[in-house]
Amino acid sequence: MLDGVSRRPARHCAKYWFYFALSALILSDPMAAQIQNQADDGQWTMAAKNYASTRYSTLNQINTTNIASLKLAWTFSTGLTRGHEAAPLILNNTMYIATPYPNYLYSLDLTKPGAPMKWMYQPHPEPASQGTACCDVVNRGAAYWNGKIIYNTLDVQTVAVDANTGKEVWRTKLGDINLGESITMAPIVAKGVVLVGNSGGEFGVRGWLVGLDAETGKIKWRAYGTGPDKDVLIGSNFKPFYAKDRGTDLGMKTWPGETWKIGGASAWSWISYDPGLDLFYYGTSNPGPWNPEQRPGDNKWGSTLFARRPETGEAIWAYQISAHDLHDYDAVNENILLDLNIGGQLRKTLAHPDRDGYLYLMDRTDGEILSAQTFGYVNTSEGVDLKTGKLKLNPTKQTGYNTVRDACPAPPGAKDWQPSAFSPKTGLIYIPHNNLCYESQAVPANYIAGTPFVGMNTRMYAGPGGNRGVFSAWDPVQAKTVWSINEMFPAWSGALATAGDVVFYGTMDGWFKAVDARNGHPLWQFKVGSGVIGQPVCYKGPDGKEYVAVLAGVGGWSGGVVSGGLNAVDGTAALGFANAMADLGKYTTKGGMLYVFSLP
Amino acid sequence: MRTGAMGICVMCLLLLAACQREKRDIRPSPTRLAIYGDAAKEDALRPGGPISPQPVVNNPYNGSAYDISEGQRLFNWYNCSGCHANGGGGIGPPLIKQHWTYGGEPANLFDTIVKGRPNGMPAWGGRIPEYQVWQIIAFIRSMNGEQPRSATASRQDSIETNPQNIVNRVRGKTK
Repeated sequence: MLDGVSRRPARHCAKYWFYFALSALILSDPMAAQIQNQADDGQWTMAAKNYASTRYSTLNQINTTNIASLKLAWTFSTGLTRGHEAAPLILNNTMYIATPYPNYLYSLDLTKPGAPMKWMYQPHPEPASQGTACCDVVNRGAAYWNGKIIYNTLDVQTVAVDANTGKEVWRTKLGDINLGESITMAPIVAKGVVLVGNSGGEFGVRGWLVGLDAETGKIKWRAYGTGPDKDVLIGSNFKPFYAKDRGTDLGMKTWPGETWKIGGASAWSWISYDPGLDLFYYGTSNPGPWNPEQRPGDNKWGSTLFARRPETGEAIWAYQISAHDLHDYDAVNENILLDLNIGGQLRKTLAHPDRDGYLYLMDRTDGEILSAQTFGYVNTSEGVDLKTGKLKLNPTKQTGYNTVRDACPAPPGAKDWQPSAFSPKTGLIYIPHNNLCYESQAVPANYIAGTPFVGMNTRMYAGPGGNRGVFSAWDPVQAKTVWSINEMFPAWSGALATAGDVVFYGTMDGWFKAVDARNGHPLWQFKVGSGVIGQPVCYKGPDGKEYVAVLAGVGGWSGGVVSGGLNAVDGTAALGFANAMADLGKYTTKGGMLYVFSLP
Repeated sequence: MRTGAMGICVMCLLLLAACQREKRDIRPSPTRLAIYGDAAKEDALRPGGPISPQPVVNNPYNGSAYDISEGQRLFNWYNCSGCHANGGGGIGPPLIKQHWTYGGEPANLFDTIVKGRPNGMPAWGGRIPEYQVWQIIAFIRSMNGEQPRSATASRQDSIETNPQNIVNRVRGKTK
């Protein structure tokens, strides 16, 4: 029944550690050999729930037998109308909500009826930063560490706020909007180091990831995504698995001239951490500009997975997924850390559903690919060569000044940032994703600091079948889809799996849904006020009841047609996404609102 | 006879129109960057009633096919298209539209480009010569049918669009 997945009860820890951060708990539990079964205290202290990024809650009060009676418990308006992609945090009977620009942080008291606001913190980001965010002014959430809520502002700052008082503890400016930089990602804190990466792959930034001291906000190190090895923090311990990723100063030599200085490879999305191996994992964005004719070469380290040490940033291995990226296939999607039985052997793996449409199952100790199979429709490539690690490109879908039509997946990929969940009970990964194809033609891009650097006209549309989104369950051991649900619009929300064998996700037309984790059968749904692109979370309230919470509020790259009031008469609007989303306004309006559900 | 006179009149009118269409500014003004505060009012409230006469700023390149075409080239050259796409918007708001946040008259657009706007529109003053600002404005207004059809390209330079989209655009109005 659970091929390849073994279980270890984790409940015993909860009573001792209830009020501590989950992260601290993992570090202090040397027995946590199997990372997907991390102990769970019913709180939610980082966007991905835990370091392994499983988005799995051991709570099972809400389950397949009673979910039909799930009811709305309370709501909270953020007062904002742009895309709401964040995961709320829950700890110490308090909920924290980080909003899109202007990046408010709300604190809500869960011990009182209706969860009244305790305080609100406003970081006052520079309004001009709205002009440097490629894909709506979103924020993907905060992280808790040692009494502080830590999150990022659109204008390239990281702030730490006292979790009790809402007073700012520190703030650190990490970059410059006049270089086209911004931050939308949710940080994580590993070994007291806050990990934060910039956005700006569409602005000719030079991508980076920094490590900050969680107590002071002081920058400890900065690992660039391009440039000489010393800037990328590649040293003698760097051992890429595949020959194609070995060499000196590849972050410079695989670019024409000095174009690596404006070559993207930002780190705008998810980070996972394995305390046992002391490695954190993340992927870099597309190289810039999109126009590939302006950057002959492999363009390292664009579209690359990195494993690094949190205290020094030192790179241990790297795997470039898309060399000389042709389709905006960032490698930034989540890396779910799983210990799986592969071919009779327990392997420490990393599951990465990439923009290019393959789910890469890799050995997270050294970066070897164990399997790479498609989870969506793909015609831009014809498989991954497991010997060389190279993606076998389809020559008829090579973008450039020529017009290329019917290339799949489109630039947001078979899957974009919307994070998957994994249930150790079913052994399945639940993947919200897209089904989009596109046509493109490059134009010369000029680099003007602080303005977009793209050079590609594109138009997207629904892929085969006509549905623009899919929510599917993936068996990482068998490397195949077990069940899937077609959605009209891209499934742009996060997924949540629980021990009640229920999986939650939201749709852009405003339905918050629960399905059976084993077969995908619909169990329950609720129509919220605006399309859902947020990350659902689950927690145990002070009354001992299980609650499920999600932010509604359509927007993001996919929802810009509504949140940004775009005109889809021009199909190239929103980097071509408007063409695929022209009808979204008939199904939803904008507006940020938190919805919390429980059993009666 | 009457038809002949009519014909000559029509020919003259066409010639006049053609003059405007073919107009070229051989020596455009250097980087003089005025801001049209007085003429570029951004809201409809007029305390004490309207001022008479209303100051009006006209685009020197109105109706010039060359300058509209140059405007399109510069619209891409300065990465305006990076945020506003080919008029539909993205990072920035759409420019094919009926409602303008900061006013859609030529003087408003001029101020918007030169001064910037606080929610993300960069201030291009000192970067783009004034004549190029006007060329870009002529192009932007052509996207809304606010330039003579005779001076406007039948389609944009971007990847060929669905012909349906072109039909949907408002065309023919001149200002």
